[in-house]
Amino acid sequence: MKKIHVFASALALTAAMTSNAFAGATLDSVKKKGFVQCGVSTGLPGFSSADNKGNWSGLDVDMCRAVAAAVFGDSGKVKYTPLTAKERFTALQSGEIDMLPRNTTWTLTRDTSLGLNFAGVNYYDGQGFMVNKNLGVKSALELDGASFCIQAGTTTELNLADYFRANNMQYTPVTFDSSDETVKAFDAGRCDALTSDQSQLYALRIKLGNPDGAMVLPEIISKEPLGPVVAQGDDEWFNIVRWSLFAMVNAEELGISSANVGEKMSSSDPNVRRLLGLEGIKGSGLGLSDDWAVNIVKQVGNYGESFERNVGAGSSLKISRGLNALWNKGGLQYAPPIR
Amino acid sequence: MTEHTPHPDLAPPASAVGFVGWLRSNLFSSPWNTVLSLFSIYILYLAIPPIISWAFLESTWIGDTREACADTAGACWVFVKVRMDQFMYGFYPESEYWRINLAFGLLIVLGIPLFIKRFQHKGKLAAFILVFYPIIAFQLFSGGNFGLEHVETSRWGGLSLTLVLAGVGIVASLPLGVVLALGRRSQMPIVKSVCVVFIEFWRGVPLITVLFMSSVMLPLFLPEGTNFDKLLRAMIGIALFQSAYMAEVVRGGLAAIPKGQYEAAEALGLSYWKSMGLIILPQALKLVIPGIVNTFIALFKDTTLVLIIGLFDLLAIIQQAFADPDWLGFSIEGYVFAASIFWIFCFGMSRYSMALEKKLHTGHAR
Repeated sequence: MKKIHVFASALALTAAMTSNAFAGATLDSVKKKGFVQCGVSTGLPGFSSADNKGNWSGLDVDMCRAVAAAVFGDSGKVKYTPLTAKERFTALQSGEIDMLPRNTTWTLTRDTSLGLNFAGVNYYDGQGFMVNKNLGVKSALELDGASFCIQAGTTTELNLADYFRANNMQYTPVTFDSSDETVKAFDAGRCDALTSDQSQLYALRIKLGNPDGAMVLPEIISKEPLGPVVAQGDDEWFNIVRWSLFAMVNAEELGISSANVGEKMSSSDPNVRRLLGLEGIKGSGLGLSDDWAVNIVKQVGNYGESFERNVGAGSSLKISRGLNALWNKGGLQYAPPIR
Repeated sequence: MTEHTPHPDLAPPASAVGFVGWLRSNLFSSPWNTVLSLFSIYILYLAIPPIISWAFLESTWIGDTREACADTAGACWVFVKVRMDQFMYGFYPESEYWRINLAFGLLIVLGIPLFIKRFQHKGKLAAFILVFYPIIAFQLFSGGNFGLEHVETSRWGGLSLTLVLAGVGIVASLPLGVVLALGRRSQMPIVKSVCVVFIEFWRGVPLITVLFMSSVMLPLFLPEGTNFDKLLRAMIGIALFQSAYMAEVVRGGLAAIPKGQYEAAEALGLSYWKSMGLIILPQALKLVIPGIVNTFIALFKDTTLVLIIGLFDLLAIIQQAFADPDWLGFSIEGYVFAASIFWIFCFGMSRYSMALEKKLHTGHAR
């Protein structure tokens, strides 16, 4: 056991050394390379997936494109490294990729012990429920006595047990090995409800024989804030990634979209003018050109546009904004002001 | 005196020849066999018609979008059709597909004479294919020279990547395996122990661990900036891993050669390498063709493990396509397609090995 600790700390040390070795240099190396090397998932509906021409799209992919637009003024200057869940952090620690927007949950352990920093939250996820519509259930609290299809050995299983114990309700678990089997069982009517991360439930729903016969309940019983990650030790780069996300959220809040960004350039609203780099600190704080945010909004869109296009009403997933609505519309997406 | 003419043979009873006879002797020869046969026929009856109707009768082949399959009860092959280029070439730029086609076409053209009996220069041609073809193929795939656009290995994928991985693995592991097998039987203690340690080490770890170490651990230990190509790391891992298995297969063949052959070779005054190359190995390798091909088939299928390090081989690129929000829910079609491609290649290899065994059959087999 002790040996393992020694090995682990040696590893952590190596990781820390490598990330410190290029402190402050990411922006320079990105500019020199001419593209942002972006680690994404090998395929997650709505977050990162490639079409039949090999073009990547998705909410996470838009994060990469936003950073490229901010740095180069061209959202196409991105190269994607598809990563599995296990190798994602190593790829970042070793400098193989510059940023990692890969539906990664922000937790204390990850933030503190891996030599990484979370630059923000681009999707508030959490465990949710999908039920058959003819159950007539409108809330998870009405699910007392229901049977659940669950994937064995996941945190999903534990969260479900906690939730039902906390609410003094009974349930019958029906466990399966893989997510595909779980959906098949739900489809065949072997359980009343299916539980998984909410963003995934919408994708699973499409796989059902009759997607309209099932609905996703509004409750979320666990916190899974997903966000872009960068290596620790390069605050300049960290700021760029973080504020690229904030620029998208602020743009939505100010009503600036890819369609109207041109007109908004002549706006007299000081908040709009500061975001668009017409006055205030402009791009100097980040070491970027003054029109960095204009480029993001023009080429990628504001947060709302990106959301609707990839996972929301404009996509086949049809996820409602829910927690991801702006703070002034009942959600959690809140960005500090640009001034 | 009347000559005795034997009565001409009666025709065999109708129940012993023809279709009925075949049925009686093969399927219904005893009550127990009858039960088993009826049971199997029942299972086939249950399984085959739905499969055929799913895959052919009720399936959709025409169209370009998901909507084309809206009211099909069977398979939606449109999904595979739309993605076919990607399944074959991965993320390789579309305008450069001809380079991959040329590389594989060249291999076929170069390979054909090897199967023509009267062709005289088989040895030279084989040497050319082994030494120069990989260089040509690499230039075509990777580009960067001769005015060809450079295509990074991260964009290689699909069936072409599977074939590249399997090809490199096969070509590298056979000679390495032979050398290791000879080393393991060597009288020299250092050579012998090095080979034993190598073989036992690589046979003792799962391939998935090898790939994982090469992709997750190795970069942490290398100095910053040395970015060792992921595909190259996977290729080296696969080649070393398979050569250990190959070594044991070849050693089995070496052990089967009677001692007299070794002594005879020595009595002729042949050096070690000559006696191995001219007398022992040709016999030993011939004996273990089934084992070698078995290892090759396993290797071919093992290449799918590269998906855990984010390389998009045939299986991985198909799985990746399942995540396209426009095409959710067509995983069965994708997996069936992957399975049939793998089956075609593996079955081809096994038939080739049988043909080779037959051709080299020179009377030692009883």
